[in-house]
Amino acid sequence: MFHKEKSIQIKNSASALYNNLSVLRIAPRRLTYFTVVHANVVNMVSASWDGLNYSHRQLQSKEPNVATSTSLIMQAAFCVLPSRELLVVTSQKGIQMYESDGSIMVYWHALDTPETPTAQAVFARGIAAVSENYVCVGVSSGAILVFDVPSKGSNITLSEVLEEHKESITDIAAECSGSQVLLAVANLVTVDDGGSLCVWKSGEEFQLLNKIAGLDISCSSVKLWKGTVVAGYGSGQIRIYEAVTGILQSEINAHARWIYSLDIAPFSGLLLSAAEDSFVRVWHLSVTPETNSVEVAHLHNECVTDTQICGAKFCDGDGYAFAVTGYDLSEIIRYTQT
Amino acid sequence: MSSRTLPLLFINLGGEMLYILDQRLRAQNIPADKAKKVMNDIITTMFNKKFLEELFKPQELYSKKALRTVFDRLAHASIMRLNQASMDKLYDLMTMAFKYQVLLCPRPKDILLVSFNHMDAIKDFVKDTPSILSQVDETYQQLIEMYTPLSNGEFQLIRQTLLIFFQDMHIRVSIFLKDKVQNSNGRFGLPTSGPVPHGTQVPGLIRIFSCTGEEKTRLQFNNGGNYTSAIREGSFEIFGDRVTKLGTNMYSVSRPVETHMSGTSKSSAQHTKVNTAPNPLAKEELNMLARLMGGLEVQKAGSSDTAFRVNLFATDEEEEEALITRPDELSYGIINIQATKDQQVSAELTKIMGEFTDSGHQSPSSSSKGDDLLAMMDDL
Repeated sequence: MFHKEKSIQIKNSASALYNNLSVLRIAPRRLTYFTVVHANVVNMVSASWDGLNYSHRQLQSKEPNVATSTSLIMQAAFCVLPSRELLVVTSQKGIQMYESDGSIMVYWHALDTPETPTAQAVFARGIAAVSENYVCVGVSSGAILVFDVPSKGSNITLSEVLEEHKESITDIAAECSGSQVLLAVANLVTVDDGGSLCVWKSGEEFQLLNKIAGLDISCSSVKLWKGTVVAGYGSGQIRIYEAVTGILQSEINAHARWIYSLDIAPFSGLLLSAAEDSFVRVWHLSVTPETNSVEVAHLHNECVTDTQICGAKFCDGDGYAFAVTGYDLSEIIRYTQT
Repeated sequence: MSSRTLPLLFINLGGEMLYILDQRLRAQNIPADKAKKVMNDIITTMFNKKFLEELFKPQELYSKKALRTVFDRLAHASIMRLNQASMDKLYDLMTMAFKYQVLLCPRPKDILLVSFNHMDAIKDFVKDTPSILSQVDETYQQLIEMYTPLSNGEFQLIRQTLLIFFQDMHIRVSIFLKDKVQNSNGRFGLPTSGPVPHGTQVPGLIRIFSCTGEEKTRLQFNNGGNYTSAIREGSFEIFGDRVTKLGTNMYSVSRPVETHMSGTSKSSAQHTKVNTAPNPLAKEELNMLARLMGGLEVQKAGSSDTAFRVNLFATDEEEEEALITRPDELSYGIINIQATKDQQVSAELTKIMGEFTDSGHQSPSSSSKGDDLLAMMDDL
């Protein structure tokens, strides 16, 4: 169903972090950007669609104007808003927002880091763009920071802090089906280390619509599509819930190890899951909101030999191609449909 | 990232170090009483109360260079001496072994079981010496107190922190190559067969539920591997069957310890560059290191007739050869003063190291060793 393509070499190997691959397709310029995190550096590659041109850039995590401070990066992700695209980088010290090509940092938000380290680690993790103008970022304390992003310029402000989770945030996802009907209801899901799921509706004041208690199994990756939450867990299970009601619709014993990344191709309903067990699996998801029913079919397996996978993303909205990163691997492996 | 990683890193690396030294002492036919003294001295230093107190404080992981400095100190806490080539090889083996164990742990929490395997073996080394035994027992308590309440997510953060520390290390270890757990390119084999971790189901089942919670459909899929159900969970108590073999002693007199230096991947060189910019041993880290080493009670360095040298290689010639041919990107740098570009930093560190090698040196004030070091550094 899929075959392996030529890999893209990156300057450093990928670190073992959840959701460690972000992809941005720039159709007008026939380019795709990829970002992969290595310790305190974000490796960015811009790849032309004809496969002939690759350019690289590295971003370091540090406070502006402070020469020596470095901190480990937890995640880098592209945020696509109607008016602009940003690259958001979260680390132990704070949150950086860049223009999507990584050329200029437009915003820096410092986390409250204590003078001497505490037992509880401090970092930001979990990134999503939601609605017209919000970027949400999770924090190790369980808080969700909501940033208001203007259509251009650097006048980004912290609009709200949502305090509902008690454990470190692991991932955040916005409704990606593009359906205006659904976006009017629930358009954001946040998950944490204890496996708790919160479903929200964005706005000047975000509204908590539902909270699904965790079973003490960390949820490392989540997606929201057609009003359906798809969540990947440390136990290797994928669970599918109806967002607004919290009803469990499906449970898949998907992987033999901790799941590190999930992705959905919104136009086709293809689902991608990747784990420490070296497998990437492709599924097909169909959702019928009227009947609250879900169908899941397993389509394909790819085994990346001897590699603990840490990132897997579709490269386009149909799921025609996907890319994969693995711990200690200095390449982005690509697959396309045959 | 996780501020609780250092104790696990230290204890597991220390455990591997003891396995290797024990094997070399026997292979070199060192008299039993001398060998025992070496092991006891190192273990006593490792589990020194003040040292462990510093170790268990919440803190970020040290750089590879800083940690190597601590282990250098530890390896020389007895009458045994190691040349640089042997120390390099010892450290390579220790780190690759623990990297392997961390990678292969089925669940992040199993790193604690690996640590207990090391602790169990250390306990066995000192079972005839009650004073050291009680230190070891106390450390078990500290480990249990600190780590058993942690959630799986917090253990995964610890694991991710350790994996960043071990990133891009692909030194080939002969014993791993022979057992086929490591490939000739230095990467570890990750099997897609065997029992799934405790708490995980064998992949292959899709269940669909109705809105009332009843199972509507059940579908099977091919998982592409050869998995079996989880086996019983290991014990997280002071005594117990740990179940996992990771962290147990894989060396014996008949299985020698060798590493291959040639053909290591280019990426390790690139990684070293990222790590050492801008200053490999920033003042902050120097302070932390000083506090930690302040707790390392060092024995009087033995006189020349009791001290003896241990060689990690088969012959002295091999050891010399290894020192000359070691690739630059794999040098740890801290001991070899010439290798450190920053003369200011190396001067500071020489002073600190000097503090320790003066046998029986008493500081003018009666404050603790840690305070002395900090005061000394303030004078620089």
